[in-house]
Parts: sequence; C-alpha cells; structure tokens
Amino acid sequence: MMTNDLGRAMLLAVQRDLTLAWRRWDDVAQPILFYVVVTTLFPLATTPDLAQLRSIAAGIVWVAALLASMLTLEALFRTDVDDGSMEQWVLSGQPLGWLLLAKVAAHWLLTGLPLVLLSPLLAAALGLPREAWGTMLLSLALGTAALSQLGGIGAALTVSVRRGNVLLSLLVLPLAMPLLIFGARAVGLAVDGLSPAGPLELLAAIFFLTLSLGPLAMAAAIRIGVES
Amino acid sequence: MREFLAMGGYAAYVWPAFALSAAVLVYNAWAARRFRARELAAARRRMTSNARNER
Amino acid sequence: MWTWLHKLASPPHAFRLLDRMAPWFGVAACALILIGAYWGLVEAPADYQQGDGFRILYVHAPAAWLSLSIYVVMAAAAAIGLIWRIKLAHAAAAASAPVGAAFTFLALATGSIWGKPMWGTWWVWDARLTSELILLFLYLGYLAFRASFDDVQRADRASAILAIVGVINVPIIHYSVEWWTTLHQPASVTRFAKPTIALSMLIPLFIMLAGYQLYFVWVLCRRLQGEILRRERSATWLTSVEGAA
Repeated sequence: MMTNDLGRAMLLAVQRDLTLAWRRWDDVAQPILFYVVVTTLFPLATTPDLAQLRSIAAGIVWVAALLASMLTLEALFRTDVDDGSMEQWVLSGQPLGWLLLAKVAAHWLLTGLPLVLLSPLLAAALGLPREAWGTMLLSLALGTAALSQLGGIGAALTVSVRRGNVLLSLLVLPLAMPLLIFGARAVGLAVDGLSPAGPLELLAAIFFLTLSLGPLAMAAAIRIGVES
Repeated sequence: MREFLAMGGYAAYVWPAFALSAAVLVYNAWAARRFRARELAAARRRMTSNARNER
Repeated sequence: MWTWLHKLASPPHAFRLLDRMAPWFGVAACALILIGAYWGLVEAPADYQQGDGFRILYVHAPAAWLSLSIYVVMAAAAAIGLIWRIKLAHAAAAASAPVGAAFTFLALATGSIWGKPMWGTWWVWDARLTSELILLFLYLGYLAFRASFDDVQRADRASAILAIVGVINVPIIHYSVEWWTTLHQPASVTRFAKPTIALSMLIPLFIMLAGYQLYFVWVLCRRLQGEILRRERSATWLTSVEGAA
C-alpha cells in the first residue's frame, strides 16, 4: 500500500523540517523554555511546600505540556503555504494526508519529544515521586503525540486565517480535554500507588483514533485552505 | 395563589429559571425572523443592482 | 422520490416549502411549551426530596437535550453538505449553530440555578455541567471559526470538517468527563436528578421536550431561509416572496 515513492517523500518531508529547525534552533528552544517557565508559575502562585505540590504535580506537568505544545502549531503549515510548497504537495499526486502526517511527526519530534524528555526534571521539582515517572513519561509521550495530530487538524483548518493562533488554541483545547483527563489522572493514580492501566489504555486508544482520522481531516482542510 | 408563587420556598430559583428560558426562546425567535428579513432585503438589493448593471 | 428530493435542494423550492411549513411548527411549539410549562408548574406533584425546586427540570432538561441533538444535526448536515456538495445542507448547519449554542448556554444557566438550592453552590464540576460547558466551547469555536472566513462557501466546507471532528469527539469528551467525576466522589454531592421518576412528573417533561424540539424546527426554518438567501447569487425568484412571518 505504501509505495517506495511515498515512503521517500514522507522521509524527505521529515528531514526537511528537522533541517530547517536545526538552522533555527532558537525557534525550537522556545516552547521548551516556555514549558519550564510555566511550570515554575504554579509553585509561585500556590505554595513552595513539596508535600502539597505533589497532589497537583501531575496536573501542572500536563497542563504546561499542553500549552507549550500549542505554541508551535500555528507555524506547522504556515510557511509552506506562504511559499507555495504546500500547493505543490496538493498537486503532486502523492496522498496528501500521509505527507501532512510526516510534518506532524516532525512537529512531535521537535516539540513533543523534548517536553517528554524534560518532564522528569520538572517532576522532581514538583515533588512527583519517582514511582510515577514511568507513567508520566508514557502518558506524556502518547498525549503530546495525539496533541500534535489534533493540533495539525486545527492548524490545517486555520491555515488561511490571519493571526489564527488564538483561534487555533480555542478550537484544539476543548478537543484535547479528554487527553488531559486521562493523561493527568493516570499520573495521579500512579502517585497514589494505584494502577494507571485503565486511563493509559484509553489514552492510547485516543492516540490511535487521532492518528487514523487526522490525516484525512488535515488533507481536506488544507485543500480548502490553499485554494485561492 | 401566594403558595403557588412561593414555590415551596424555591421561588427565587424556579421563577428566574423559567423567566430566563422564556427570554432565550423569545430572543431566538425574534433573531431568526430578523435574520430572514435582513437577508431578504440584502438579496433584493443585490438583485436590483445586478439588473441595473446589466442594462 | 429522488426527483422530489432533488427539487427540494433547489433554493426557491426549499424557500417556499419552508415558508409553508414554518407557521405550523411555530404554533405547535407555542402550544406545547405553554401546556407543558403550566402542567409542570401547577399540576405535577412536588418532588419528595427537592420540593417545588425540582420544577426547574422542565426547562433545564429540554434545553440540555436540544443542546446535544442540535450539535449532531449540525454535524450531520455539514457532513452531507461536504460529501454530496449540497448547499442547502451547509445552510442548515450554519443555521443550527447559534440556536444550539443558545440552548447550551440555557442548559448551563438553568443547571447552575438549580444547583444552588440543591448543592449550596452556583457551580459544581459534575459530569453533566462540565460536559455542557465543553460543548459550549465547541459551539463557540465553530461560530468563531466560521466568522473568520470572508467567503461563505469556504466557511461552509472548512467548518464542516470542524463539525465532524467535533461530533466524533463529543462521546469521547462525555465519557472522559464521566470517568473523571467518578474517581473522586465526594460524599456531600448528591447525584443530579434521574432517580426513578413518577409518570405524573414525566408527562409534562415529554410535552416540554416535544415543544422545544418543534420550536427548534421553527427557528431552523426561518434561519435556513436566511442562509439560503445568503448563498444565492442571482435570485430572480425573490420577487414572488413576501416579507414577514
């Protein structure tokens, strides 16, 4: 089903985004920095007491990751639409959904993955016990990946809207609430010593759902967005 | 009658709830008719200006 | 039958049909809502636990039911419009959205008013209210997204995708919020309505529900007419259309 051509095209798309990001590494660093700063806001606003922070640590880590992931979504397709390469993709005859999926994968590698890798550091700072870290890493990995895909749908929809960043967040965040519920509560259960299997499985299910339907929605939305 | 209006002590909640519901229903009905009327007027204006342009 | 359906999709036919249908729905809705309200306020017996306070159910439940069913109608119409490229279907989706949002707001407001005497606070994060709140976000997002487009055809197609994505999410959101509330069940929170309910209380509820549903159809008729006009470029058939009602 997946031809060699398509596979190579997708790989090229990922490589291209990664290379462009490498040249502007400060763009990549910004959401990561934002993640750290936002996480710091919560103890400042509530309490320095680790024992108290522990009870909301799961939520803080997750909300901060959610917000940080949203920052780079607007630019996901914008530059390609502006310089005309998206139109080339639409006309190329390759299945557009797969190509866009490749871009979403690159987005996750550049935004989601660093957040996941950084999370143990923040978890320790918020008093999250080490036993829950495995659950936290898994839930964040699945959650940020699903969010990249959901965000991709939102970005594709708003690609022709001027300054669509806030609108994008308004559209994506309600759709992301189930992710937040299952992901953060999984970590919360792990902190309490209970099994997080249930919510983690549901989180995985949502991830696979967004993965299978996302490319369809993105392709349809991009086609509408690119026509003049 | 007074007993009815008092709603067993819950008057402060029941009547505002019903009043709010009535207000929303009336408003939506009015807004729908106004929307139709406005679009009708706009469409007629477009039509007459089209006819004028074609002459 | 197909020719009849095909004729229906043509704007002048649809417009005229809506003009003929609407008054019937309007009158029926008015009658049912008035009867239901009277019955619910006067005739129905007071609740054992909640006394006369429970009567708010008669305006809350229909609003909540409609807030959800209108979203489904909206998404279905949008999908039909997208797949079969029927402008009338897109118009129906656009016409439904503001009404659905209004009912969602009403459900939240009446739910909150009902909650105050029952739970002591104006707001609780229970499954029903939280789901309604998220649904409101979905409606408002849809409306805002539509408004961001200048061209109505593009708005139609793009927002159809959003509506479909949204409607797939609605059961997921509903289930996740349900799950979220069952994890921590504070002892003081009483479950919101839905124990076994007496028939004498149910009848006015069904009447109100039917009345609200017909009301939506009437509003949809009028708004749909407006949306049809908005999408018509050369409308010479307009000359035979009257103004009001």
